[in-house]
Formats: sequence, structure tokens, C-alpha cells
Amino acid sequence: MSEQSTAQVETPARGLGAGISSILRNWSVPIFFLAISIAGIAAARLDINYLINEVVGRFGRNAFLVISLIIPVMAGLGLNFGIVIGAMAGQTALVIVTHYRVEGLAGFMLATVISVPIAMLLGWLVGKTLNQAKGREMVTSMIMGFFANGIYQLVFLVLLGTLIPMKDPVLILRSGIGLRNTIDLIGLSYSLDRAMDWLWNGFVFTSIGATRLGPWRFPLCTLFIIAILCALTTFITRTKLGQEMRAVGQDMHIAQVAGINVDRTRIIAIMMSTVLAAWGQLIFLQNIGTFNTYSSHEQVGMFSVAAILVGGATTRRATIWNAIVGTLLFHTLFVVSPLAGQRLFGVSQVGEYFRSFLAYGVIAVALALHAWQGRASKSK
Amino acid sequence: MGNGNVLELKDITKSFFGTTVLKDVSLSMSPGEIHALVGENGAGKSTLMNILFGMQVIFDTGGFEGQVAVGGQAVTIDSPRKAMELGIGMVHQEFMLIPGFTVSENIKLNREPTVSNVASRLFGPKLETLNEPLMQSDSKAALGKLAVSIDEMALVGGMPVGHMQFVEIAREIDKKNVRLLVFDEPTAVLTESEASLLLAAMKRLSSEGIAILFITHRLDEVMEVADNITILRDGEVVSVMPRSEAKLDRIAQLMVGRKIERPVLPPRKSEPSDKDIVLKIENLKVDMPGERVRGLNLTVRRGEILGIGGLAGHGKVGIANGVIGMYPASGRVAKDGVQIPLNDPKHALLSGMAFVSEDRRGVGLLLDESIEMNIILTAMQVQGKFLKPGALPNLRLEDRAAVREHALTVIRDLDIRCTGPAQLVRRLSGGNQQKVCLGRAFTMEPEVLWVSEPTRGIDVGAKQLVLDLLVKFNREHGMTIVMTSSELGELRKICDRIAIVYRGQIAGVLPPDASDVDFGLMMAGKSATLEEVS
Repeated sequence: MSEQSTAQVETPARGLGAGISSILRNWSVPIFFLAISIAGIAAARLDINYLINEVVGRFGRNAFLVISLIIPVMAGLGLNFGIVIGAMAGQTALVIVTHYRVEGLAGFMLATVISVPIAMLLGWLVGKTLNQAKGREMVTSMIMGFFANGIYQLVFLVLLGTLIPMKDPVLILRSGIGLRNTIDLIGLSYSLDRAMDWLWNGFVFTSIGATRLGPWRFPLCTLFIIAILCALTTFITRTKLGQEMRAVGQDMHIAQVAGINVDRTRIIAIMMSTVLAAWGQLIFLQNIGTFNTYSSHEQVGMFSVAAILVGGATTRRATIWNAIVGTLLFHTLFVVSPLAGQRLFGVSQVGEYFRSFLAYGVIAVALALHAWQGRASKSK
Repeated sequence: MGNGNVLELKDITKSFFGTTVLKDVSLSMSPGEIHALVGENGAGKSTLMNILFGMQVIFDTGGFEGQVAVGGQAVTIDSPRKAMELGIGMVHQEFMLIPGFTVSENIKLNREPTVSNVASRLFGPKLETLNEPLMQSDSKAALGKLAVSIDEMALVGGMPVGHMQFVEIAREIDKKNVRLLVFDEPTAVLTESEASLLLAAMKRLSSEGIAILFITHRLDEVMEVADNITILRDGEVVSVMPRSEAKLDRIAQLMVGRKIERPVLPPRKSEPSDKDIVLKIENLKVDMPGERVRGLNLTVRRGEILGIGGLAGHGKVGIANGVIGMYPASGRVAKDGVQIPLNDPKHALLSGMAFVSEDRRGVGLLLDESIEMNIILTAMQVQGKFLKPGALPNLRLEDRAAVREHALTVIRDLDIRCTGPAQLVRRLSGGNQQKVCLGRAFTMEPEVLWVSEPTRGIDVGAKQLVLDLLVKFNREHGMTIVMTSSELGELRKICDRIAIVYRGQIAGVLPPDASDVDFGLMMAGKSATLEEVS
């Protein structure tokens, strides 16, 4: 055939220099936050062993929640602030399990099972609603999270003990109505984190030359579960379902014309995300060991979104690596910033202020950076 | 079975809300036939295609009359999926391709071959893994049939449009039972050489027995590949002919031809001429999606009504939008010899121009504001009219009395049917909304008025009123008017000259009483031999 048709599409990046510049472009946001982290570590003069121990522990606590954000992004729903609702489903399961005093890994497993139908139902409702709000999914899911919080409080603060009969002096307030503010999860504490301790107890305590390494303690089983989740998420993208989600995410109209059931695909994506978030919240709480009945879930959406954005994800593209790198960086900043604040300004409140400043600031900066990037690539 | 025809449409009649858009249209195609369907914008081609593909819009508006037979059997096509199952494929004008997917992912979209796995056995076929090697080899085979070599692993985004077109076709012929392909203006976005490749591929497909329905405006392409030609005008088949009997000018005439009764317009004191040029446009380029202008030159005589016509997608709508600054533009626009900066609507308005947009409800009006506010807003914002001094020098106030007085004058002069100047514009009919738009432009007292598609979406009676108003502005106030319209008929009614846009440039300027053939040929890009108006 003629030259016209054999001409290949030019690939923009050629050669080593172009390769590096494309890496810089794709990872500019994480690199920016990495630089801040390093500056913070230097300013706080932090013990590196303390930092690693903290960050790995927090990574195990949170990564599952952050990874649960990936599928909705793939299906074009943006960042699902509605994982707050999944977290509530997880907590509901936790209340049930605690009430029946099922403890240890068995209790944790039971909670995961119980949370699934609740999360699926709630996820279906969220998905239905988001299908009515196409193009405004993120703000809708955020507001739905706030709204669901109201219902959650109604159920656990008012209905429990009145409409829903439950007598449990440990869980219920002295008045007999409503759950206590804090629920102790002694029976479930570290049930997953240490489930593989028979294999290796997770302690690292060694030294290389003069450098002391440790003591670190890794939540081995949780890290293992996170690895499985990563593999599963990758698997989903390779399936028919994943392909449909990607198609819907890229262009709903074209997907519809090709015969894909757009609304259904979007609902499935949200349901998956909600179930994963419920499990993620279980992992989070078993690591913490106690749970604030009325506030543990509140910040889940905001912090997870901040983490994945720090990792370089956008509202239209998010990968497992974005989630992993983002969770690590976000928690590094989270550990470092109060200490850095205290060291620099000498007041501990400033450090606390730094934390909340960080979480929201990160979202704003990451979104702004993406907007600038987007404009730059568009004008090109 | 049957008469061996792939497709048989018989006496198709369709009306939308009482307006008949298709009347007794019949069309038949045999296997391997390339059948060209030609007609102006609004001739009913897209409605016919919507019927053929069972689009929802047809059923939402009351269905249609007539029979459709595929492969000799009468069928009811009630969804695009049904059309697909019957082996009818569509190559869309606007590409139905996902830019972030590779060529093979696009070709196989929602028809991916899959392999079962543990998860799919447990949770159902949706979790089957994609068979990527098979997707790629199938795609390669489909592209091979078209004799083009496109890398099936490349991303579609960023490809030349010609390649995208081939990917679209490959997707259709990859469907196993395809026997009829519809090409909707496939060459509109292609370069000459890409277009000739496409025509060659069409011939190859037809030789394999696939029938092709070819919708186009380009008559030379029709003459090159079509076996038979159906000409549609105002929803009726005006002629069906084999190519051997067809002649270019004959088709052009049939396409456009209708009696134009040009009313006698009021005379002017002096006729506009090239000696007094009000606006000079040189090398104008406008980046308006779908209506790109590519280096256009045009001069406007003071006091004339200049019409701009042409087929959809060739850029006629982009001209006014570019000059006024609604879309990114480059080039030189000079009014009375003074250059006007582009991409700056305020400056354009200040230099004595006004614009009535084709997007009346989106750009043209503040739907939830009153008629009077809509009428005076631009004049108030840009020219500082209807303001009175307030407490501080820069804190001027709306002069309510003057606004009301002016609004009442405009409502009376333009005969806007409303309950009063405070009525919300949203509640008005399309024609009256358009009059409000014209009233606002008129309030600006512009020297040059740009009007885009002034009669789109308003009923027949109101159309005439709008045209009369434009003539009145022109004759009584000496306003120069540049009117863009898809309806050649109305341009020919009131314009002094009509410029035809083809591929983002002026193909030529014709007098309103030029023949149908001239207009038809020029719109189809065959203007080289025609002389311009002196």
C-alpha cells in the first residue's frame, strides 16, 4: 500500500533524555512531595528507625483503603469520597462481632463476611445516585458521605436500644440507648496484622556495619493481604469487566453505543470500591485497637484521597503504584510534619496544626498541580 | 429467499411533531452494491439512518411508517443492537473510538474474545480474562482486508484522522456477519490522498460482497465509486439513477433545486459596492470544533446584506464566532481600515460590531432574566448605556426608567409577543427569543451585525418576521449585515451577495439569483470554473 497508510504514529518520547523528562512529567507530584518529606525529615532530625517503623505500620493500616479508590477512577467516577460509607459498613460489622464477643482472627474474618452484604447494599445505593449525577460524581459522593454519617448516627445513637433491641453494658451507654463513644477492640486488636506470626514474627532487629537497623515490626499478614489485593486489582483490569470499566471511564457515550451497559458497570465499580473500603476500615481498626464510634470513619475519604493524589494519581487515572507510593509519602509527611513543626517553631500545637493543614493542603496542591499539568499538555 | 436484496426500504414516512421529514422514501440495495445517498443538510438523510439503526429518538417521537427488509425478510429494527445483529454496520462521521485504547482494543470493543479462569467460573463470564493475542491477530486481519498497515498496538489518541477512519471501518468488518456498511460522510475530515485510499478500500469491500451505503456531499466521489445514486431533497426521493446516467451538474441541481421566490426588497439610496469596504478579513483561522475556518479571506461592503452559506462542518459558523472572539482565532480583521484585535469579544463589540449567536439558548440569552435585562445588558456592560451617576464616580447605577422605556420601544418595534418587559425570556417561544436577541444587538447600534442561523429552531411564520426585521435594520438604519445560514433559500431571499464556504475557505461569491447548479456545485467544492459576482 502507499506510504500514507504505512506511516506509523510518532511516539512523543524518544531517547534517554526524553525518557527522563517523561518520568519527571508523570511523577512530578510525588517527586514534589518526596522533596518536602526529605526536607521535613532533615528539619525534624528524626531517628530513621522510628520513621521506618511508623511509616510501614501506617502503610499496612491504610493502604487497603487507598487501593479501594482505584476501580472507580478506572470507571470514570473520579475519586470516590463515598468510601466513608464503606467504612461505616465495616464498623457496623465490627459492632456486631464485638457484641457477640467473637474474638481473634475468627472475629475479624466474621466481620469481613458480615460487612460484605451491608457494603454491597450501600454501594448499590451510592452507585444508583451517582448515575443520576454524571459528571459531578466526586462532590456528590462527598456529600453522600456526610449524609450517610447522619443516618449512621441516627441508627447507633438513637435507634439502638429503642427500635433495635440490644442490651450490652460494654457497648451501650448507661442510659440504655445508643453506643458508647469509644469501643475497645481488645479481642480483635492486631488479629490480622499478627496472623502470620507463626511464620515470622515480623521483627527486624539487626545492623549493617555500624548502622543499627530496627527494632521494626511489620504487620506481615496485612502486607500479604495488600499484595493479594494489588494482584486482584490488576487481574480485574485484564478481564472483560475491567475492559468495560475502562471503556466507560474513557467515554460513556461510545461505550453505550458499543452495547456496554454503562449504568450497571458504574454501579459495579462503586459496589466493589465500597466493599473494599469496608474491609480496609476493618484492617485499619484492628491495627488501632479501639474505635471511635462516631468519628473513626469521618476522615477516611479525605485522607485516602489525599494519599492517592500525593502518589500522582489524577481524577481520571490511578494505578496501584500511585496508591502505594502515595500512602508511603503521605504517612511520612504525617509523621514528620508535627515533629518538624515543633522543632522549627517550638510549639507542639503548631505541629498538630501542621497535620490537618497537610491533609487538606495536599489535596489542594495535588489537584492544582494536575490542573496546571493538564493545561500545559493541552496548550502543547 | 426474497429478491436477493440486502436492504429494502419501502415507503418510509416519518414526521416529528407534525413536520414531515421523510415522505415515502424507498431504497433498495443488492449485495456488493455501493449506493450513494446525497442531499443537502436537512434533506432527511440522518433521520433515515436513525430509522435504519433503530435509534431511540425515532421511537420516542412516535415511530415511523413503511417497511424495512433485510436480506429479503421484513424486520423491525428497534435498537442499534438489533441492527448490528442483522449485519448492518455504521462508520460514524464523528469517530466512535476511545482515544486511550489501542487500535485492537477499539476494534474489539465489547466483542472481546475471552478465556475462562477460576474467578469467572465462580462469579460469571464477566470476569473472564481477555484473550489479547487473539484480539490483536483479529484486528490485524481486519486491517489487512483494507490493505492498510496500522500498528494494532498503537493508541488511537494522537493518530491521524485518516487512520482513525480505517480503524472504524476495521471494527465494522471484523463483525462476523456484516453485509451492509453505512458510511456517513467518511471523507469529510480526510485529506485528498486519505480519501482516495478510503474509496479504494470501499471498492475492495464491495467486491467481497459487502453492500455499502455511502452518504456524502462530495459529488466527485459519488461519481467515482457509486453504482447507484439516490438523491434526497426535503424528505423525498427526487431521483434514483445508475452512475452511467448521472452527470455532476444534474445531481447538483436536483440536490438544491427548489423554486425561490425572491420578494422585491425595498430599494436603497445607493447600492453598496466594492468602493466602500467596511470589513476586510484576511487569512482568518478559527479553531471552532466541527466548524474550523482555515485561512479565509472575505470583504464586506458597507450597507449590504452578505450571506454566508455552505454545508455543515465546512466552517461557515466559525467565521462570525472567530471575528467576535468566541473561539480562538488568528489572522487579520480590519474595520474601516483599523485592525481589530481577535480573541477579545469586548473590543470587537466596542468597535461597532454585534453578534447574534446560533446558540440562542446557550450563548445568546440569559434565560432566567427578564426581557428588558436581556435587551440592554450588552449595551450596558460594553458601552455604558442606561447608567446614571451614583454616589461614587465608578459606582454607577442602572437607569431603570431609561431601561423600561427602551425595552418597551424594542418590544413594540420588533413585535415581541410577551406579557411585558419583565417577563422571563425562558417563557418565550423560539421566534420571540430570537427577536429579543436581535433587539439586544440592535440596542448596541452596531455598524456591522453578525447573525448566525437566525431562523434555526423557530416556526415558519416567525422565520419570515425575523428575515423582515433584518431587512428593516439594513434599509432603515444602514446596518451592514453578515448572515450565516444553513438554509440557502433564506439567504437567497434577502442577501445581496452569498459567499459559499467550502473546507474552511470561501469557494466563491454568488449573486442570490444564480442557478441551483452553481450553488450545488460550489457547495460540493466544484467552483473553479465559476465566475464571481462583479
